[in-house]
Amino acid sequence: MTTAAPAACRQENRADGGRARLWAFGALAVLLVLGAAFSESLCPFDPYAQNLSAALQPPSPEHFFGTDRYGRDLLSRVIAGSRASIFGTILLVTLIAALGTVVGVFAGWTGGRLDAVLMRLSDMFLAFPGLVFALAVAGVLGGGLHNAILALAAISWPKYARIARSQTLAVRESAFMKAARLSGSPEGKIIRKHLLPNIAGPILVTAMLDIGTMMMELAGLSFLGLGAKPPAAEWGSMMSESRGLMTTVPWSVYAPGLAIFVSVMVFNLLGDAVRDALDPKMRER
Amino acid sequence: MDGPILSVRNLTKIFSRRGQPDVTAVNDATFEVRPGECLGIIGESGSGKSTVAHMITRLLEPTAGQIFLDGEEITRLRGAGRRRLYQKVQMVFQTPVESFDPRRTLGDGVGESLENAGMSAAAVREEVARLLAVCGLPAEFADRYPHQASGGECQRAAIARAIAIRPALLVCDEATSALDVTIQRDVIGLLARLRRELAMACLFICHDIALVQDFCDRVLVMHRGRIVERGTPDEVIRSPREEYTKMLIDSVL
Ligand SMILES: Nc1ncnc2c1ncn2[C@@H]1O[C@H](COP(=O)(O)OP(=O)(O)O)[C@@H](O)[C@H]1O
Ligand SMILES: [Mg+2]
Repeated sequence: MTTAAPAACRQENRADGGRARLWAFGALAVLLVLGAAFSESLCPFDPYAQNLSAALQPPSPEHFFGTDRYGRDLLSRVIAGSRASIFGTILLVTLIAALGTVVGVFAGWTGGRLDAVLMRLSDMFLAFPGLVFALAVAGVLGGGLHNAILALAAISWPKYARIARSQTLAVRESAFMKAARLSGSPEGKIIRKHLLPNIAGPILVTAMLDIGTMMMELAGLSFLGLGAKPPAAEWGSMMSESRGLMTTVPWSVYAPGLAIFVSVMVFNLLGDAVRDALDPKMRER
Repeated sequence: MDGPILSVRNLTKIFSRRGQPDVTAVNDATFEVRPGECLGIIGESGSGKSTVAHMITRLLEPTAGQIFLDGEEITRLRGAGRRRLYQKVQMVFQTPVESFDPRRTLGDGVGESLENAGMSAAAVREEVARLLAVCGLPAEFADRYPHQASGGECQRAAIARAIAIRPALLVCDEATSALDVTIQRDVIGLLARLRRELAMACLFICHDIALVQDFCDRVLVMHRGRIVERGTPDEVIRSPREEYTKMLIDSVL
């Protein structure tokens, strides 16, 4: 009896803390996305304007992150690059989550031979060392941000298919699905109204946590020259461009690196907060 | 006299899974339920009662045998035909809370069959409130989620859901087993009243022989997938012919 009250209290506090975290990181993430959306008007300088007389300047009040070897303002380039990095990543994660969910739900719902075939296929994809395969795909498709997104999408959907399938199998057998059948709802309606809302949580959490990973992989492909192409501003390719200057002009690498670090961090922490918020044990009754 | 509302002939279900021995869950079951009648099925856990219920409601594919509902064969019914079947037969499950979608309100659950029958949203709301009232729940329960109601309240809502489209046959698969004894009595009382008022036939599955005694017109006793005994509750309880039935009775009374 005496332990019950503090436990309930702690639960409440954790739930409150969880909500605060959700709002804080949600707001930061929204800020990043808005920044990316309005990046053009946020740049203090033209991110593509070269000015060789002002090349390789260290950080100063005028050029917050300094300038690169062509004299381009690094802060402006980091801001401009946020569009490719953040929107590219969100597009990629949306793509793989949607594709994986469709495949997984389909496999889990219909079962049988089709299920077996789809799952063997996704096993094959999962067995490959992901980034190596993405490199090969990007190599075949050629460079460019779009192809990098396609390459990463091609190797990343199976994880979502697995989750969606196992969730579908679990939910399909529950009593409320039988009840939904008995209400005379057609299968499409049962999937839409009862299955998808009940499997969305884990998929959403995975997607949120994946934004950070995918952002790094996308930047990684660009870094290797298989993503966004110079002079386009993109964080990975910016780091790649300046990697030779790492020791002499460190700020040219720090600027995009810091941008990646901060964004990955914000989205990962948001993913954690979303996971905790969706955890049924943390939800108030 | 009318024909039976439900007629089950030589119904068999064998579960076969790779790497495991076959399980004959239901073995050659034959029985009938007449209109308005209440037939009890008793038997220990694992004797195949739920499997029978699931085959009758087309949630499970029979291995062999035939099922007729109101004279129409439904053994292999699928698609739209199966959906139409649910205007005649409904089921109340053993797990009251879990039988409602955790992400939807009880009202949504109760009204889903009405919505599928083409009723307008406003009419559904009104009818749901009426059905809940009939089952002894205030209208505000329509807006509650399953986790915001007790097992007994959820089971009342589940009964409201089951009678919404006025089925001719109600299958209750251990509808009271998960409830406290006092609540159990209330729910049985509710079912008995509804059965009278709606002239509904009932297949009442239960592992508790005492509950069957007052509620059912006839009982079947199942053991390892077979029907081993049948008769009125009094006959079965007073003069059981099978050793198994005696054991079942002794364990309760
Ligand atoms: N989906 C299934 N797969 C394999 N065996 C099953 C399945 N469902 C039930 N069984 C088996 O069938 C038998 C009867 O189960 P069931 O009808 O649930 O019994 P009851 O409802 O009387 O407790 C049990 O031995 C059970 O293990
Ligand atoms: Mg059972």
